[in-house]
Amino acid sequence: MRRAFLGLLLAGLLLPVVPLALWAISGTWRYPDLLPSDVTTRGLHLLVDPRTRVLDGLVTSTVIGAAVASLACLIGFPAGRALGLYRFRGRRVVQFLLLAPVIVPGLAVALGIQVFFVRFGLSDTAVGVILVQLMPTVPYAATVFGAAFANLDVDYEQQARTLGAGPVRILLFVTVPLLRPAIVVAALLTFLISWSEYVLTLLVGGGQVKTLPLLLFASISSSDTTAAAALALLVVGPPLLLLIAAAPFLNGRSSAMVGVGRL
Amino acid sequence: MSGADVEVIEVSKHYGAVAAVDDVSLRLSPGSLTALLGPSGCGKSTTLSLVAGLHHPDSGDVCVDGGSILAVPAERRPVALVVQKPLLFPHLTVAQNVAFGLRMRRVDRRRRGQLVAEMLDRVQLPDLADRRVGELSGGQEQRVALARALVLKPRVLLLDEPFSQLDAGLRVQMRALVRRLHDESDVTTLFVTHDQGEALDVADTIALMLHGRLVGHDEPEAFYRRPPSLAAARFFGVTNELSGWVRGRSFAHRTGLVLPADLPDGAAVLVVRPESIEVVEHGGTETVAGTVIMARFAGTHIAVEVEIEAGETLDVHVPVGQNIAIGSRVHLRLPRHACTMFEAEARA
Repeated sequence: MRRAFLGLLLAGLLLPVVPLALWAISGTWRYPDLLPSDVTTRGLHLLVDPRTRVLDGLVTSTVIGAAVASLACLIGFPAGRALGLYRFRGRRVVQFLLLAPVIVPGLAVALGIQVFFVRFGLSDTAVGVILVQLMPTVPYAATVFGAAFANLDVDYEQQARTLGAGPVRILLFVTVPLLRPAIVVAALLTFLISWSEYVLTLLVGGGQVKTLPLLLFASISSSDTTAAAALALLVVGPPLLLLIAAAPFLNGRSSAMVGVGRL
Repeated sequence: MSGADVEVIEVSKHYGAVAAVDDVSLRLSPGSLTALLGPSGCGKSTTLSLVAGLHHPDSGDVCVDGGSILAVPAERRPVALVVQKPLLFPHLTVAQNVAFGLRMRRVDRRRRGQLVAEMLDRVQLPDLADRRVGELSGGQEQRVALARALVLKPRVLLLDEPFSQLDAGLRVQMRALVRRLHDESDVTTLFVTHDQGEALDVADTIALMLHGRLVGHDEPEAFYRRPPSLAAARFFGVTNELSGWVRGRSFAHRTGLVLPADLPDGAAVLVVRPESIEVVEHGGTETVAGTVIMARFAGTHIAVEVEIEAGETLDVHVPVGQNIAIGSRVHLRLPRHACTMFEAEARA
């Protein structure tokens, strides 16, 4: 039963990739053929061709994604601690404000922020893109960490104190290891949001910061479906690999730690 | 290094308007093993956390070897704490858990391994060093927690109901282990418990806490022979209370019982343990007459209930073999040395 469910889930996740993979290697594929009539590696070659700048885009996307994930976790961690552990006046308001960027259309907010980005010379730069992408990512990081801290037994930290650990070493040797599953989830989630962000990147990056989604949109609007499909595969691939790499940290116990269902 | 001299001086801790710890003074002599006994919610755990440094007292002082440690943060106090939950770090193995405090103290790796192995031997878990803590039983977990605390060679060991989640047989074994570990290291130990049996079993002296106040600190036997207050007597299970009147240095009860007293004139309560009362042939001084209304064999003795006055009864433990018939008239002797008298609490 469990296996069947898992199989369905995987099928749902992977099946849409199959036609994509076929498109990417098809030379000619006409109606009503079930499969492409001839196979080519042209699409794959285009990915590594320096003129297409796809590899540059891959690097840009990875660097921005990693930076956004790190920063969002660094901000979300203390915010989550405050939300999950402490009962303070105005907690609900803070919680709402943290989630607001997800509720309010990002485009509207970004248009307002863009004025300041231009003034401070942040528009058209990768730094600007990273900063604006914190908007849709920090709420998720804070929510994940909030749930994790709500499930954390702070007595562990007290115990570590009596064993001679100061605040910094309690954080490094006790809290972070205890919350490792939540950190993996938050980092994964925020990286994926950044990875597929298009509108904010286009707006603040001004087309100068070329992440993979930007290249993909450009490619889709051209008529070369083989190139577009190959590029799409490249966009889908890394998140899937990341998910598989993170799987060992995401067993049943740790998903309980992350507190799915508590929020 | 042997145990420290610990002094808790007039310490108070309030939560809102409630005094969790109310003007408590307690002295633990070097190398002693003291049970801090009291019902749940009496402030004993709070007292412990004040000594450990996890909370700060509103007033008063905590001294180790004569010097105040209030300004010392918990992580640098020479104090180890083991609580009810084992709190073993789930991401570390047994050996890594025991080594945690040594690592925090920057003891080098080789020395650490040596000390951890020795310590695991002392708590009789030498084979579990590389286990994940999730695979341990409850008793093993608390042994590891003890090892993790004691490997640091603390001067003061604080135990907060460490075995209350274990089953009865295991609890007895663990008490014996604590006693042995204490005797080997001579660490000054404060053992919080709500179980008077456990306190009697493990400790040299008992400090009794009720409603945030320290009621008495004495040898266990003393709490039985001369309880420091009526509340203390009740906590230790003295069931017999006779309300009477003191006038001119003697206590009189309405049955005619008269005993010498050293209380000022006024209403007074006499308490006496059931096992201290003797059934005698004839009435005389220190005696009171009554009718047996219940007698029940209780293994080591016969539990007898004697009505000495309408609505007033005494529980008496009679040696097995003595013939006690329900309905019969008996004389009870209340030996003066076994009786403790208190001024009656003012009633509103």
